[in-house]
Amino acid sequence: MPELIKAKEPFRFCTRLHLSELTGLRATTLGQLLALIKEVPGSSIYHHTHRFLQQHQYLSPEPPNDFAYWLTGILGEDELGERLASIDTIQYSTIRDLREKIASTIESYLGENPLAEMKFASAGEEFHFIKSVSFILPTNYVARDLNEFAEILKKITIDSIYFHIFEARLRLEKPTNDFSFWIENSLGDGKLAEIISSFDPYTSTLEDLRKKIIRIIERRISQ
Amino acid sequence: MGQIDQYIPLAGQSVIDDLKLLGERLKGKVIQHINSTPVGGGVAEILNRMVPLLRELGVDTRWDVIKGGEQFFAVTKKFHNALHGRAEEITPRDFEVFMETSRQNIENLDTYGDIVFVHDPQPIALVRKRAANKWLWRCHVDVSNPDESVWGFLMSFIAQYDSAVFSAPSFSRKLPIRQFLISPSIDPLSDKNKELPQEMIDSVLKKYDIKKDKPIITQISRFDRLKDPVGVIETYLLVKKYINCRLILAGGAAEDDPEGFKVLEEARARAKNDPDIHILLLPQNDLEINALQRGSDIIVQKSLKEGFGLTVAEALWKVKPVVASNVGGIPLQIKHKYSGLLCHSIQGASFAIKQLLGSPEYAKKLGENGREHIKNNFLITRHLRDYMLLFLSLYYPEDVVHLC
Repeated sequence: MPELIKAKEPFRFCTRLHLSELTGLRATTLGQLLALIKEVPGSSIYHHTHRFLQQHQYLSPEPPNDFAYWLTGILGEDELGERLASIDTIQYSTIRDLREKIASTIESYLGENPLAEMKFASAGEEFHFIKSVSFILPTNYVARDLNEFAEILKKITIDSIYFHIFEARLRLEKPTNDFSFWIENSLGDGKLAEIISSFDPYTSTLEDLRKKIIRIIERRISQ
Repeated sequence: MGQIDQYIPLAGQSVIDDLKLLGERLKGKVIQHINSTPVGGGVAEILNRMVPLLRELGVDTRWDVIKGGEQFFAVTKKFHNALHGRAEEITPRDFEVFMETSRQNIENLDTYGDIVFVHDPQPIALVRKRAANKWLWRCHVDVSNPDESVWGFLMSFIAQYDSAVFSAPSFSRKLPIRQFLISPSIDPLSDKNKELPQEMIDSVLKKYDIKKDKPIITQISRFDRLKDPVGVIETYLLVKKYINCRLILAGGAAEDDPEGFKVLEEARARAKNDPDIHILLLPQNDLEINALQRGSDIIVQKSLKEGFGLTVAEALWKVKPVVASNVGGIPLQIKHKYSGLLCHSIQGASFAIKQLLGSPEYAKKLGENGREHIKNNFLITRHLRDYMLLFLSLYYPEDVVHLC
């Protein structure tokens, strides 16, 4: 096995813990939902499109995003629910873009189905807008080469993986995920960086994503 | 091994590591919890477990209790019912009684904390004493449809806090201060929830003369009209027409609840000496409650209103099938037909119980899913993390907080 390249800069793993902040805003109809989607803070759009990721790993029956769940389960708008659930989130590099895509999907559906605006959620079943407040903390784990990196990946919390893959890219508007950025810039391994950044993390559980990244790095180490 | 490390097998090493990281960020801050009773009810139960754990994590946490007489607690009970939307006649005198006791507490209780964490409406007026420190108000009550006169009265205090905390999104409304969503939790290692040997479960059933000769349906709750014990008896009677079963209604009485004994008498009157109905007024005996839950076939929580309904989480943690009202925080714990059955009426509850008694495999699956859901979302480790983040949020107003 060739000697591993030492990183120019070590990689410090951070973790991201979140607190749910209530906005007091609620929607009873599709029209109200659309109006609020356009005006709530980005951290609320982020919450309702990403909350499921940390629950999904447990195979709970949560659907991919809260808007889709409410529209399907409460308003009975199955087709619109499906359209929202299948938005290819990875394509959007900012919350702004994602918000616009969600809003335009609802608008075009309303254009085709004006009667959809007549439906009301009954009392107690309104859509409540919540925001995610994120706290980013450095952990004690630091990697200086790929071997250390893979070993730490095995024991770090899924919150840490979540932070470096999702939050760094979409919410903090970095060009790629943190792992790929470090591997390319500090280890000079553009090929490995590209493979990791080509994964669609939205279609697997966080545990599966962890295993996939470890596998690809270990294969790289043994080459 | 510290107490906190005992949670590693349940929550995972890295979760406990995160709690320790957060604890370090709160070093030097004094957190002062204030509520109205040291025993009885969910708030005291959570604080009893949480305060020592926070201390072990390096967060200097203390707990004080306000003082109040019979009159004061009669008024706060009326407030409690009115906040839950029940019709109550609240007189100007009631507000005076509330303020008289509040003034005494403002005078006598030292609010020394860097963060003063006030629980529920009883101590809410203490905020008049606020200085340069931070103040949090934790609402454990279902305020989705409150009596507006009581809510308006409380709002004059709530607006003086830095942040408020609610247990379910449906309790939130537009407020002039920040508000957070934090669900309460159960402690899997407490006497109420830890694993018990079968002999102990059997001996508790024997002690209360409860035979295991037919299915046992149980509701564990304080004797409180909002927990609808009489409705549970009506439900049982509908089930009993078709399936021979027993009913246990067991619970204690909180010091700040003067109505409890009246409700207990109403339940006894409705039970009419039915030998299969066991009404047990239990003193604070968590091990016995644990044994009764584990010895039951179905757990019911037929509340009319519910702040959160931790008895549901307790039952699900014990892999029990649960039938519960679709109110307050209960739908956060039960996804209908996945981790339990939700109901809206006596008839609905009895139908659900009959369904479960007739399909034990289905009932078992609901219980198993329920335990997994509680494990991932409603254990004390998640609650500790949320509270520590809440404390930190008082010093960071932004949506993304870098603590690097």
